Amino acid sequence: MLLLLAGCGQSQGGQSTLHPGSDGTRKIAHLFWGMLAAAAVVFAGAVVLLALSYRRRNREGIPMVENEHAVSNGLVVAFGIVIPVVCLVILFAIADIGVVKATSAPAKGQTKMNMTVIAHQWFWEVRYPGTTAATANEIHIPVKTPVNVTLKTDDVIHSFWVPELNKKVDTIPGHPNTIELYADRVGVYRGQCAEFCGLQHANMAMAVYADPPAKFKAWLANMSRPVATPTTPQAKAGEQVFLTQQCASCHTIRGTAARGTIGPDLTHLQTRNTLAALTIPNRKGYLGGWVLDPQHIKPGNKMPGLNLSGPQFQNLLSFLEGLK
Amino acid sequence: MATVTHPEALRRINRLERIWEERSGVLGWLTTTDHKRIGILYLFTSLLFFAAGGTEALLVRTQLITPNGSTLGPAAFNTTMTMHGVTMIFLFVIPISTGAFGNYLLPLMIGARDMAFPRLNAFSYWVFLGSGLFMYVGVVTGHGPNAGWFDYVPLASRTYNPGSAIDFYALGLIFNSISSTAAAINFIVTIFKLRAPGMSLNRMPLFCYAFLAVSFALVFALPALSIDCVFLELDRRLGFNFFNVGHGGNVLLWQHLFWIFGHPEVYIIILPAFGIATSIIPTFTRRRMVAFPMVALAEILVAFIGFGVWAHHMFAVGLSTITTVYFAAASMIVVIPSAIQLFAWLTTLVTGRPSFKTPLLWIIGFIVFFIIGGLSGIMFAAIPFDQQLTDTYFVVAHFHFIIFGAAVFPLLGGLYYWFPKVTGRMYHEGLGQASFWITFLGSALTFFPMHIVGLLGMPRRVYTYPANVGWHPYNLSETIGSYILAAGLVLLVVNLVWSYFRGVAAGPDPFGGATLEWSIPSPPPDYNFAVIPTISSAYPMWDPEDREHDVHKLNRGEMVLEQGHETPASTVLDGYFDEVLDMPSNSPWPVITALMITGVFAMILTGHLVAMSVFLALVAASLVGWHSVEPQEA
Repeated sequence: MLLLLAGCGQSQGGQSTLHPGSDGTRKIAHLFWGMLAAAAVVFAGAVVLLALSYRRRNREGIPMVENEHAVSNGLVVAFGIVIPVVCLVILFAIADIGVVKATSAPAKGQTKMNMTVIAHQWFWEVRYPGTTAATANEIHIPVKTPVNVTLKTDDVIHSFWVPELNKKVDTIPGHPNTIELYADRVGVYRGQCAEFCGLQHANMAMAVYADPPAKFKAWLANMSRPVATPTTPQAKAGEQVFLTQQCASCHTIRGTAARGTIGPDLTHLQTRNTLAALTIPNRKGYLGGWVLDPQHIKPGNKMPGLNLSGPQFQNLLSFLEGLK
Repeated sequence: MATVTHPEALRRINRLERIWEERSGVLGWLTTTDHKRIGILYLFTSLLFFAAGGTEALLVRTQLITPNGSTLGPAAFNTTMTMHGVTMIFLFVIPISTGAFGNYLLPLMIGARDMAFPRLNAFSYWVFLGSGLFMYVGVVTGHGPNAGWFDYVPLASRTYNPGSAIDFYALGLIFNSISSTAAAINFIVTIFKLRAPGMSLNRMPLFCYAFLAVSFALVFALPALSIDCVFLELDRRLGFNFFNVGHGGNVLLWQHLFWIFGHPEVYIIILPAFGIATSIIPTFTRRRMVAFPMVALAEILVAFIGFGVWAHHMFAVGLSTITTVYFAAASMIVVIPSAIQLFAWLTTLVTGRPSFKTPLLWIIGFIVFFIIGGLSGIMFAAIPFDQQLTDTYFVVAHFHFIIFGAAVFPLLGGLYYWFPKVTGRMYHEGLGQASFWITFLGSALTFFPMHIVGLLGMPRRVYTYPANVGWHPYNLSETIGSYILAAGLVLLVVNLVWSYFRGVAAGPDPFGGATLEWSIPSPPPDYNFAVIPTISSAYPMWDPEDREHDVHKLNRGEMVLEQGHETPASTVLDGYFDEVLDMPSNSPWPVITALMITGVFAMILTGHLVAMSVFLALVAASLVGWHSVEPQEA
């Protein structure tokens, strides 16, 4: 039953530990299936014993083993000590000596690429050292390339977890951790904060895009550029709304005067497919709803609802839609 | 014991009844020091908290029945989820297992007339009640603890959690640990010193070994939690920096101290259940426990090794590999004593002639769930697997199989098993079996799919989840299961309430039990034992000549101890008769002291330090009163 039930759990949204996308997670998944098989044998054995005892219920004339301590004690020693010790030693050797190495953080200088992820309540800030590129929640990496990720937090403890690419590591204040991100095929891998971090712990997701190297390069080059000057009058007016209303006090748009650091960098907002850490799609209607009433969509997040006039709102949207 | 007919014996029993008679009415309950009455108080209080914690669980499950659910908002969800954990652990499982089962049964199993420190016992109860109400005052006034039962800093620090929610948590737990520490010391002394003469350690029921192990674990584990909470309060209220990284503090200090308490806590929760299992299994298999000394040793070892594994709760914080490997190895070692006990139960069942009555059914359910939870637990000793699956629903599945399946099932089986002893009436067997099967299936439906949804990547403690990740069917099953589970528990309550009024008379020993509580009438008289029983094995009720010997002793007036509130003390190892102790009777001081302590904590919480000092002085004054009245001679 165990096998059957677990077997039907194939990944739908790209966040399944049983759908590995890297060597490390594949080893962990294999480890799981191995342990599950062993566990199934133990469980079946115990059920057999319980079934045997059920057959003996209330039957007269069956031999009692009251005094055969050697037999019953021997069973306890064999099943309670000897067999568990053997199994545990094997498990220890495979899991805690073998697989643990394959999933450890890479040694310094062992990887081709570095990245920094800074966790915030409740989004992921993503930076690529050596460039000015900054984004949020949607992480791009080149496929088949080990990436060394340094994990920090701006506030409380979070946990960086992209189940198909690697195990999770917490972001601890004052104690940066590292983890390797590696994807062996092109695709989108969903991840999510795995350490309880307050009101919007549930809506602190991320997506890792493993791109072909050329595509990644182009993406990174674009992300490193400051924003292009708005061309339409409406977008220009929108920029002014952004800078004069509260937006700029929290958000940075490189190439403008907006230098806020509380919320995500919005320089290339339109390169992202989602908003609010994968809570809603990044489409005009959703973006507008988010700007006007973010507390309805993600209660407790730090963005206040803006009191904008109709034209101000339209201008702002037009500006935001130009952040490519 | 055979029916007492000897006129001298009847006269002695009358005298004991007069000496030990409990005051009736509310005042009687407020001032009682009788371990059975205190056990009953603990039972009802902890069951009320169980109902609260269960309601919280159902609310959480209802919120998660669909993606983007809206039963609870994120704020209410976090408080509900936190209080579910805090309530179930601190206000239900520990109080019901040690407070209710331990208090009621331990003295009866060792042939004593009360606990070693009856007033301290009453004090533990009132402090427990005070601490529980204290935390729930926080909930009903909108300041319910909301940073999870594990309360990690800095989320629980003043910066990220202003207001008093976390103060209710930290002060409430410090308050609560006074109760558990007092109770644990009482159990240790009672088990070591109050066993009936002849009950050497190797003749002590396994139930008592379990409680001995639990009590030691409590005494050593609770200080870590209390200190942690003191640090947190100092940080929050006086600006100390234990956990403040900016000023040289360390957030992992909280986690280390918390789990140094928190892992032994797991064994504190489950060992009483083991004790109950080792009581019910021999009775219903008509056979002594297999491998008795190994099981006794294993119970102690589990509690001991449990102190060396705490960091396996922290494999994802970025400890060095060598540290994680050590803790993984230690966690594997703790499997062995658990496996010994498991196979001792199974072997006893297989080599006995089991009668699958309601109490044994709960133990069978317990064994099945304990195996599932134990096997998934072993998986977490594989470090990379732990780092992948920790903080997901796979862990939620694992520890609910352990805490609900393995710790609570025996408690429920124990409720049925000792119901006739406590009330004098039998429960309804058919309804009892039905309540087991409904609860069992409900639990499986609730907790098993959590494994799968955890493997599919669903993290714990999320108040909602998106529709496109494939988690919905499992959550739906879990929520439906939780309602079925709740229905099974309601049926249990219906059964016991109905049986209390309408059940057939049970007599002293309806099941042919093995331990001493079955030697006395049901419900037990206030003085427990008319004569301090004769012991020559760990299964005294299966030694009929000893029980006849008791009757002769009563007739002769030997070991009746009818000069006052008396119970014998014996030597720690061999159980030789040591001396006769005068036990205190009713006293108002425990409840008064507990009330004053409640005042102290309330004043700390509200920041009235002058009023707090007044309450502290009142605590001191009530302790003077407590000690100024010597036990009365009859």
